[in-house]
Amino acid sequence: MQDTYSMLREFADSWVMLAILLFFLGTVVWAFRPGSTREYEDTGQIPFRHDDKPADTDAETKEAL
Amino acid sequence: MWNYFKLAVLAVITVLAAIAANYARDLAYQVHAIIVMLVAGGLFLWTVRHTDEPVVPSGPEYMDEVVRAGVIATVFWGIVGFLVGVYIASELAFPALNFQWLQGYGNFGRLRPLHTSAVIFAFGGNALIATSFYVVQRTSAARLFGGGLAWFVFWGYQLFIVLAATGYLLGATQSKEYAEPEWYVDWWLTTVWVAYLVVFLGTIYKRKEKHIYVANWFYLSFIVTIAMLHVINNLALPVSIFGSKSVQVFSGVQDAMVQWWYGHNAVGFFLTAGFLGMMYYFVPKQAERPIFSYKLSIVHFWALIFLYIWAGPHHLHYTALPDWAGTLGMVMSVILWMPSWGGMINGLMTLSGAWDKLRTDPIIRMMVISIGFYGMSTFEGPMMSIRAVNSLSHYTDWTIGHVHSGALGWNGMITFGALYFLTPRLWNKERLYSLRLVNWHFWLATIGIILYAASMWVTGIMEGLMWREVDANGFLVNSFADTVAAKFPMYVVRATGGGLYLTGALIMAYNLWMTVRRVPAAAEAPAVAPAE
Repeated sequence: MQDTYSMLREFADSWVMLAILLFFLGTVVWAFRPGSTREYEDTGQIPFRHDDKPADTDAETKEAL
Repeated sequence: MWNYFKLAVLAVITVLAAIAANYARDLAYQVHAIIVMLVAGGLFLWTVRHTDEPVVPSGPEYMDEVVRAGVIATVFWGIVGFLVGVYIASELAFPALNFQWLQGYGNFGRLRPLHTSAVIFAFGGNALIATSFYVVQRTSAARLFGGGLAWFVFWGYQLFIVLAATGYLLGATQSKEYAEPEWYVDWWLTTVWVAYLVVFLGTIYKRKEKHIYVANWFYLSFIVTIAMLHVINNLALPVSIFGSKSVQVFSGVQDAMVQWWYGHNAVGFFLTAGFLGMMYYFVPKQAERPIFSYKLSIVHFWALIFLYIWAGPHHLHYTALPDWAGTLGMVMSVILWMPSWGGMINGLMTLSGAWDKLRTDPIIRMMVISIGFYGMSTFEGPMMSIRAVNSLSHYTDWTIGHVHSGALGWNGMITFGALYFLTPRLWNKERLYSLRLVNWHFWLATIGIILYAASMWVTGIMEGLMWREVDANGFLVNSFADTVAAKFPMYVVRATGGGLYLTGALIMAYNLWMTVRRVPAAAEAPAVAPAE
């Protein structure tokens, strides 16, 4: 019979660590997925779009995109 | 109707604070109760005078008033924090400055947390709140969520700063580095921070852009993680509700581990993630080109988030903390070097094809040197976290030099760059008052940091070597006082460097002031923005 600390620690440095690692690898795969380049080119332009006032309607934003 | 509710709440707070001031068990608590009473009472009167006045509905435009207030507060607290820093640095060089009449309130031990909190939380915190409010609106194409809640965040945060600072001087501290404020100040900050999260998340929620721009990811991780760290590290039971003293829930090595889990992530999420949010917005804006690699920014974000949270134990090498925990912290700190430099490269390479701007634009130069210092201190940090290096560097001035090359170089410089960027835009001016003065600021600050960091390297390594020096019979060669005496010249250089940095900040304050007062207004922006 293990104490709670040892049990949690064992769980943390095995399954939880694996889950974190897989999640991280998932984000890398996601960032480099096919078609991402074009999408991120647009996303990178966000700071240059609405300097002076908020977008009024959804329609206008879509047009700007 | 809302005003009547507010009046009732403010009245109750005023009365309770008056009662608390009456029953206070210590001076700090009493002064704080009086401050709260005056603030709540003043707000009550202000609200009474404005109740039932016709309400001017807020327009659809960006809410920039609170950002303007944040810019002013950032400059003000920055100068206060730098000034206290220069003073205590001079005290270390010339102990005669530790005046007798200040004893009990203004001695080094009380001013030192005042300095660290003023620069990190007052200067850095206001810079983060102001820029996050500016950036989240521009990149979401939406007005701040929550109406007056943003003002509550701003003024509530200033109240937190005042309570923390006066508390230190009057002796209310829980002695946790970077988490010194006592329990009721911690509760207040938690309240303000939740409101901050609501404003920020609400604005992201009603965004008109499909994507959440990467800067907002960094800001959001900063807000969420600081909330978590703050609450857990400040789990404490007050001894009395009428006194400032509290007792930590954790004890011994657990308390130390929680403290440095908090302490290092205050560096990781307050001073790194939050300021990276600034970098990812202001560097592209000032360079007028998008971030070098958006993909890299995503990998940078997740790698940084996953690694930083583990790095804390490297503060506790050679203590009661188990070796495995120290090793874990050390390994994670070394791996952390990778995402840190990934972010640095992403920031620097944003200028590729526009490097000529470095010659003509002192603001972009400020941002670039800030990223340079980020790279330098994120290389130095992992190195110092290695156990063998730490055995030399720990408890010496090397650590202080490391912190300051990060704080003055990275956090300070990127904030100055953002302030120079924001001021003409927020006050609708066509340009800054003087680029020449920006240039002066740049060089004073840079030379100041170099003097600071170099002198701390020398004195830190010297002191570490002197402490461990033993003679042929195994006896220690140097007494502690020997190291103190040997450090004198480096302390003078350090105080000089700090003085240069402060001078630069004063020049900036003058420049920004004159920008608002003297520079003609920018030409009216066209009613319809040109199509992309």
